[in-house]
Amino acid sequence: MSRSERGASLVAGVLRATWALTAVPLFAFVLALIVGAIVIVLSSVLVLKNSFDATLPISAYLALAQGAFGSFNAIVSTLVLTTPLLLAGLGVAIGFRAGLFNIGAQGQFLMGAVGAVAAAVHFQQAPPIVAITAALMGGMIVGAFWGMVPGLLKAISGAHEVVTTIMMNYIALSALAWIVSGPLQQSGSVPPTTPSVGVAALPIVLGRTGHIGIFIAFIAVPLAWFLLFRTTRGFEIRAVGANPDAARYAGIKPRRLIVLTMSIAGLLAGLAGACTVLGISHQMNGTFSTTVGFDSITVALLGRSNPIGVMLAAILFGAMRAGAGPMQINAGVPVELVDVIQALILLFLIANVVFRRLLRLRGVRGSEQTGFETITKSYGREATV
Amino acid sequence: MDSILHAINGVPVLGLVFQFVEYFFSSLPFTAHVAVQLAIPICLAALCGVMCERSGVVNIGLEGIMLTCAFTGWFAGEVFTGMFGPGTPTPVFGITLPLALGLVAAVIAGMLMSLLHAWLSISVRADQIISGAIINILAFGMTGYLNTLLAATSLPSTGNFAALNIPTAVQKFPLLGWLINALFGQGPIGIATILIVVAFQVWLFRSRWGLRTRAVGEHPRAAETVGIDVIRLRYRNVVMSGAIAALGGAYLSMEATNAFQALMTQGRGFIGLAAMIVGRWTPLGAFGAALLFASSEALSQSIAVSPPPGQLGDLLNHVPSQFFDALPYLITIVVLAGLIGRSVAPAADGRPYQRESAS
Repeated sequence: MSRSERGASLVAGVLRATWALTAVPLFAFVLALIVGAIVIVLSSVLVLKNSFDATLPISAYLALAQGAFGSFNAIVSTLVLTTPLLLAGLGVAIGFRAGLFNIGAQGQFLMGAVGAVAAAVHFQQAPPIVAITAALMGGMIVGAFWGMVPGLLKAISGAHEVVTTIMMNYIALSALAWIVSGPLQQSGSVPPTTPSVGVAALPIVLGRTGHIGIFIAFIAVPLAWFLLFRTTRGFEIRAVGANPDAARYAGIKPRRLIVLTMSIAGLLAGLAGACTVLGISHQMNGTFSTTVGFDSITVALLGRSNPIGVMLAAILFGAMRAGAGPMQINAGVPVELVDVIQALILLFLIANVVFRRLLRLRGVRGSEQTGFETITKSYGREATV
Repeated sequence: MDSILHAINGVPVLGLVFQFVEYFFSSLPFTAHVAVQLAIPICLAALCGVMCERSGVVNIGLEGIMLTCAFTGWFAGEVFTGMFGPGTPTPVFGITLPLALGLVAAVIAGMLMSLLHAWLSISVRADQIISGAIINILAFGMTGYLNTLLAATSLPSTGNFAALNIPTAVQKFPLLGWLINALFGQGPIGIATILIVVAFQVWLFRSRWGLRTRAVGEHPRAAETVGIDVIRLRYRNVVMSGAIAALGGAYLSMEATNAFQALMTQGRGFIGLAAMIVGRWTPLGAFGAALLFASSEALSQSIAVSPPPGQLGDLLNHVPSQFFDALPYLITIVVLAGLIGRSVAPAADGRPYQRESAS
């Protein structure tokens, strides 16, 4: 085999591997966009009684793309919205690797934001660098705690994390409402609002809105990859996720790892909340809402629980969230369309058996891996962990 | 007598407990009625879970199914009102033609959503938890999307089902009056729920269908060996359970209130799952657990409406209202963590079934 032939076969091999990894997510995305287009047209005709307009989805998607990538500031806003999704998505992905389905990113995000504001308010007199560090730490600690509780409950009593993390989300909402209207209320604010984070606000380094948290998020990608694939803990996390019985047999303690993994997931989601409040809103009110919770699950699944995949998926969803507003304003299509597309992507991903048969991907190595394998476990069984 | 009561109330801590018990019984007619009202959607969600999981399918999508049905029932009602006019409500339950048709539409929507879950978890053999999560996200997205679209239009109001009026004479009946009022002073979906609980309990443990369902949930391979079609039975149970969850959704937008609001299920589907676990996968147990979860909220409502007098009232005044909002979720976690080891799920719960011959 000559050198050029070998080079060509290497390129072909890399291409085939890339195709195997990205084909299913890519087709899921395209198919979701198509079904989303049908939803747009049908809802316009059936609900709003408009005349049939086949170009409406095109103008909607164009407005979305324009809002996400149309200008330098649009790209920056995409990156800003990517930041929390990337951080929280990495947390959910690490949970998936350990066989844990953390639906609690929402609550961990909110409580992380609260922790960041509390620390920021406390460190108002300190120099900015100290205040920022303290605020980020505050977010991470409170988020990690909020993630650790379901982890502990699962490790001790076997309570399924799917239900407990959801309950923690609702408790976080109540806690937020109480903290904003009580201990952390800016006196005299109506409706109740926390004081501004002041000196702890993250510096803007890109365009109008690009705060420094963007870099924190992208640095977290290699760190998460290193943790999962190059450390003993990471190996243990993956071993417990792949086969808890075998892992226990090999001397790994699943209980401790469950607590650790849930804490890391909470820490990352809390950091996401901290970056959002310190970088964008600078203060919180009782209805501080976010779509990061469910988005991060989709991001982790779409990225197949692989840090690099998660990064790509987070950018995709950051772009969709950034473009959703302009889409509603310019094309009259509600922002919730992004949620619909998100559910459709997951639907087509999970039904990928059907899908692979259509695409004849059966023979391609790696196309079977979806990242879904390590999650199924039911309530009762865990008590024996 | 009064002076004795007063003396006991004055004892620290114990006095507070005593005052609380006193308050609890005095407010029981109100609290019990509200508790049953609040328990109905949770109970229907739990029944949906029981029906699915007894046959071996985990369904965390029931929050989304309920939300979809709450929207569909309300929206279909509005559409039918536009078509046929509001109609005259029947004297009992206040049923009108659009309301009835809306309820039918909600039930159909629930069965369709369940069919999707059944297809993903039984035929595709996908992860059932993820399938449920997809249904939830889809439901949040679709109902939010359509609700935002509809916000620009003005719709006629359809109204809602009315509660049965229990005569005052019966309500005042000693010892049992409050119970009759609490259980049957409800709307049609509420009363249907209580009947479904009883019927389902008998069905599950005394009928051929129930025996087969339990067999398929515990040991599908053995069930298949004796000639039960596992796949078909699971499909049938999951789709039927969708109809039950649909009633829960419709209850929220057509009986408890008269309009749909974004995310109006507020986690009741998930609390229903916890109620199912606490109730040990039985219909009666699920109803009891749903009542337990609902009673904390009912009590907090009662405290808000007529606060207890004296020391206890002062104490409760200092508790932030958000604490009571979070209480059902807190109780869910505590009960779940405390009971899960002793409450055992059907053995084949959450495991896709693959026929041996099919390869």
